[in-house]
Amino acid sequence: MAAVQGGLVDAVEEKDIKTEPSNDGCGNNNANDARPLSTSPGSGASAGSNASAAAGPPEDQQTLLAVLQFLKKNKLTESVDILRREAGLPEDSPDLKAGGDPGSGSAGAAGDGNAGGGDASSLLSRVTTASSAVAPAPTKAVAEDQPDVNVVLSAYSQQGDPKLYPVYYSGLKRFIESVLDCHRAELSQVFYPLFVHMYLELVYNNHESEAKAFFDKFSGDQECYYEDDLRVLSSLSKREHMRGNETLLDFRTSKFVLRISRDSYQLLKRHLQERQNNQIWNIIQEHLYIDIFDGMPRSKSQIDAMSGSLAGEGKREANKAKVYYGLLKEPEIELPLDDEDEEAENEEGKPKKKKPKKDNMGSKSKKQDPNAPAQTRIPLPELKDSDKLDKIMYMKEATKRIRLGPDNLPSICFYSFLNAYQGLTAVDFTDDSSLIAGGFADSTVRVWSVTPKKLRKVKSAADLNLIDKESDDVLERIMDEKTASESKILYGHGGPVYGISFSPDRNYLLSSSEDGTVRLWSLQTFTCLVGYKGHNYPVWDTQFSPHGYYFVSGGHDRVARLWATDHYQPLRIFSGHLADVTCTRFHPNSNYLATGSSDRTIRLWDVLNGNCVRIFTGHKGPIHALAFSPNGKFLASGATDGRVLLWDIGHGLMIGELKGHTDSIYSLRFSRDGEILASGSMDNTVRLWNATKAFDDLETDDFTAATGHVHLQDNSQELLLGTYLSKSTPVIHLHFTRRNLLLAAGAYNP
Amino acid sequence: MAEERRQKQCSVSLPTESMKAMAESMGVGQLQEESCAALSEEVSYRIKEIAQDALKFMHHGKRRKLTTSDIDNALKLKNVEPLYGFQSQEFIPFRFASGGGRELHFYEEKEVDLSDIINTPLPRVPLDVSLKAHWLSIEGVQPSIPENPPPAPKEQQKVESTEPLKVIKPGQEEDGTMQGKSQGATPADGKGKDKGLIRLKPRSTHELSVEQQLYYKEITEACVGSCEAKRAEALQSIATDPGLYQMLPRFSTFISEGVRVNVVQNNLALLIYLMRMVKALMDNPTLYLEKYLHELIPAVVTCIVSKQLCLRPDVDNHWALRDFAARLMAQSCKTFSTTTNNIQSRITKTFTKSWLDEKTQWTTRYGCIAGLSELGPDVIKTLILPRLTIEGARIKAVMEGPVVSNIDKIGADHVQSLLLKHCASVIAKIRPQPDNVEQYRTDYGYLGPMLCSHVMKARTQAALQAQQVNRTTLTITQPRPTLTVSQSGLSGSAGPRTPSIIKVPSSLTLMSPRPGTPSQPSPPATKYIVMATSAGAASTQQVITLSSSQSASPVTSTVPSATSTFQPLVKLESGSGPGLTGSRPMQKYIVVSLPSSASSSLETKSSVLPTSISSNPLEAAMKLDRSESPGASTQSPH
Repeated sequence: MAAVQGGLVDAVEEKDIKTEPSNDGCGNNNANDARPLSTSPGSGASAGSNASAAAGPPEDQQTLLAVLQFLKKNKLTESVDILRREAGLPEDSPDLKAGGDPGSGSAGAAGDGNAGGGDASSLLSRVTTASSAVAPAPTKAVAEDQPDVNVVLSAYSQQGDPKLYPVYYSGLKRFIESVLDCHRAELSQVFYPLFVHMYLELVYNNHESEAKAFFDKFSGDQECYYEDDLRVLSSLSKREHMRGNETLLDFRTSKFVLRISRDSYQLLKRHLQERQNNQIWNIIQEHLYIDIFDGMPRSKSQIDAMSGSLAGEGKREANKAKVYYGLLKEPEIELPLDDEDEEAENEEGKPKKKKPKKDNMGSKSKKQDPNAPAQTRIPLPELKDSDKLDKIMYMKEATKRIRLGPDNLPSICFYSFLNAYQGLTAVDFTDDSSLIAGGFADSTVRVWSVTPKKLRKVKSAADLNLIDKESDDVLERIMDEKTASESKILYGHGGPVYGISFSPDRNYLLSSSEDGTVRLWSLQTFTCLVGYKGHNYPVWDTQFSPHGYYFVSGGHDRVARLWATDHYQPLRIFSGHLADVTCTRFHPNSNYLATGSSDRTIRLWDVLNGNCVRIFTGHKGPIHALAFSPNGKFLASGATDGRVLLWDIGHGLMIGELKGHTDSIYSLRFSRDGEILASGSMDNTVRLWNATKAFDDLETDDFTAATGHVHLQDNSQELLLGTYLSKSTPVIHLHFTRRNLLLAAGAYNP
Repeated sequence: MAEERRQKQCSVSLPTESMKAMAESMGVGQLQEESCAALSEEVSYRIKEIAQDALKFMHHGKRRKLTTSDIDNALKLKNVEPLYGFQSQEFIPFRFASGGGRELHFYEEKEVDLSDIINTPLPRVPLDVSLKAHWLSIEGVQPSIPENPPPAPKEQQKVESTEPLKVIKPGQEEDGTMQGKSQGATPADGKGKDKGLIRLKPRSTHELSVEQQLYYKEITEACVGSCEAKRAEALQSIATDPGLYQMLPRFSTFISEGVRVNVVQNNLALLIYLMRMVKALMDNPTLYLEKYLHELIPAVVTCIVSKQLCLRPDVDNHWALRDFAARLMAQSCKTFSTTTNNIQSRITKTFTKSWLDEKTQWTTRYGCIAGLSELGPDVIKTLILPRLTIEGARIKAVMEGPVVSNIDKIGADHVQSLLLKHCASVIAKIRPQPDNVEQYRTDYGYLGPMLCSHVMKARTQAALQAQQVNRTTLTITQPRPTLTVSQSGLSGSAGPRTPSIIKVPSSLTLMSPRPGTPSQPSPPATKYIVMATSAGAASTQQVITLSSSQSASPVTSTVPSATSTFQPLVKLESGSGPGLTGSRPMQKYIVVSLPSSASSSLETKSSVLPTSISSNPLEAAMKLDRSESPGASTQSPH
């Protein structure tokens, strides 16, 4: 495996060096929001990341220094080194990062989008200079001891009369309430970001009591799904607090994105200019990104469906890049056909059994899916003999798979962890459902065998020497019968284990923990093989790629990392989320991965070049569950708000909302053929949803892909096929066996 | 509402006094008011920040409860040393103190004697994590097994029986209009329902699966079989299994038919078994019996008032069955009586009618009275007390008149004691003191004098436990008759009247001379009897007498369980042992509890004043031994 990968990975690593800064540079418009790097002090115009708008060299150096300090403070030492290396070059080089990425071919689309964004922002900047006198003092800010935050915050230093803030705000409120209904919903989106920024401005300029009064007066008007952020905001009442407050940095460093129709925008603009309301206009110019589109204004429900994330909606450009969501061609494996026939005959219905099999074979022999990535787009490990055997097993099982549907619901087998004392934090099943692993708050990982086959260790080296290596059952002989037991405990982590994942070949197990490491365990020797250090903060989730070898991890440091098992450093760092990366999932074709975050967005990343290719907004709480449909076209996500959202990856659209759960959703899984979506939640229920119907309904709808506006029908109740309540056992993992039996797992909390 | 909450959130901050207190504890004497204010704001902000981070850890830990370790982890995130070793058994470990016009909450850190810790036996090792699989659903249908929650929650069964048209399929949520397998095919889906289409209640099929049939057979056989152990197990199963909903109609028919047949055959044992089944069904928290009362109530009433329940009425104790069934009746009246079905008033009428009948036999009479008196003091007051004179005359006629038959005599005797038992406590409450025997005689006739003595006893008891009376009545309102034979064996109180002292709660063992006191039917009879171990103060001697003398009235020495668990009757006894003359007296608290539950078996606390620590450990041990000896089951406290 490693040998195959060696050369390719080197290339990948090389790219890594480039991609990392380029994330912040211009490669993709979205990632740049992550760091203050892109926002050169003060002028709102330059935030638009295009190098042309950047200011002169001395200022750049200051920015770099600030960034370096910021990175150091956040212990991103690798990045510091990389940046140093780059900055060590002559002064004109810092902008080199901007040129880093356009080289890679697939970033073309993103580049286009970026250009659009740049245009928009420069357009805005012209308006800014025309309408108001912006006089921030970047140099002064840098002089202070903590330049990073101050650089970020200095934009707030502009002064208005604090007394007038409520007047401005309520004036705007009155105006928006008086406009036509069709515009009102759209313009109401402005309230929340305006409120936040006005409040922060008041706080920054030490108008504590005014800020408090302002908050008390208007916080009640905000949409309920911003409550969590408002809570953070409310606790913040002093300028000193603003340092080191991450939520706040997010507000400032990333522009809040609003989608507003051109008509509504004009209306707003005219109003503000007429009233000479510079205060508000400045905020809109500097802190908001208004994504203007032509056409009908959206309705309230449309807006509500998409809003809720920490930094507004995803920009339309962000979702324009082409995503190869098709599946990879299955490798040709010659099936021992006679075997198959025999079995088919043994089972009762011969013709019935044949048919699905034929379908399977048909789809496999079909030509390459036009939406599928090239087979070698990502170097994948070669199949070993054992993998091939497993594939054959898989196909055999697949022929016995039950066809699910609304009239044929799956059976659910529930694995309860008893005596877990509230300590079960993660569960995973192997693909063939033979092993189950649990991560616990007491830092242990336990593996159980759920088949009669017990878990055995490999014999010690000395004993292995004695084995006859030529014998047929050598694989059996290397196992130490004395160690056979139903479960094994893996010790090694120094904190609660939050993520756990089996490798597809069942030889390895990954676990991620609060101690900041991801560990790779061997299931042959039941020992730890590697500890991957990179995240300095808790690692919330990890998952093996469906093809093995690669894995992804995401944690409190807001980045997701792509690793290969034989490299102790990450191959890719996906940065862009504004808060913790809470869950990570690989696309079935291993070319993409999805990350959910507590900034309430989902991002889809291209493994090849590290670009963010999709941003999905609409959840109103941290996302804790993600699942790709087996055909790779759709993504389902579940969050603490108890809702499951369905996304079309190709079009970058929300296509469904499944309401019903009353608590956080911790697990989502599609059935093997994708007909049923199962969701498990803290409310102790497993719910089954009709995925076929959810996706079919959509295809009959005329797609409004151009505008990206969704009309969601409220049909959750029709799609819900069943609710199964467990006995005070939160469902934290779900898994469909190869025959479509649903396995659920959770800890019994009496 | 959200608005209000938000308002609160942004205004909450620590009081400045706390800052002062903390500064003082650190040795900073005079802190300026402004510094305090600044500090408190800063600290509040940081605490909020940490709490928010801790919340993240809670979410990822897949928990609903925030734990101290979450906070530790959040502190670690901020590079702050976590609080090591902070754990508390109590929910809020803080103590409150005030003084000098200041109020203070502090964390009590007791000094712990290391030798105590070393010498105490280690707690049991917690059970290891294990994995258990069960079927949550089989092809879309949730099986009724103990691992799954009851298919039809009690609330829903209630709704079903009270509002039959608003039927909800089992296993689905209240407002859910999702289609299961059956509904999925029909076009009438959730929307149709809302439009007010006439929906006929689907005829529910009562097919039992093979397993359920087997279960039913096993259970019913065990319940009426000869093996007592098996029966106990079966009844336990009926009382706890969540999946019996579908079998309920079968059980209720089984009981009603069984009673019908066995009354005719005078098979007392079987009737008792069937009543125990009724009891078990009622105890099952997942069942709502309203739908089946039409079968169950006649059966129960039969067991209360039937003329003859056994083959040898002069020997067999059918009275206990009547008492037990009467209690069941009262319980179902309390649970199911509504203004619509009027169960209680109908039952009351039935009882009264047959009681008033001159020709009613003593057995039926007894049943009627028992049934009525179980319904509560109000019923006793309005229906029984006015008839005491007449009833007394009738008893007198039998007792003092010519010997009619032995059976009648026994019957009259039982009726008499029943009336005395129930009426005394009621009269004690409604009748003003003093208790004059003559007055009683004029008021209540033949029963007057006996009643008078009973009332006086009741009063002494009430006076003794004046502050606990209220709670006592509280326990009575929830009568839970039980059939477990309670353990007796307080050596000091083994006398003819023990049953009511040690409270053999309604033991249906046929040998029991008298059924349990109905006024205190609650089974978890944890009793605390205070043992004093010295010839010290006179005040405590009284307690000794009460607890150890046999002649004490039953009520006196039993302390209601519910109250005593909260306030163990602890008497402070200052006495000096023989070897300790001259030294300061030793104080001992010894609380002996007579158990029925495992939680509090026997608590023996002995605290020795510091000065006498050196005195004589042997002596203390000896004392302990002595004090423990009366207790039937002695266990070390923890």
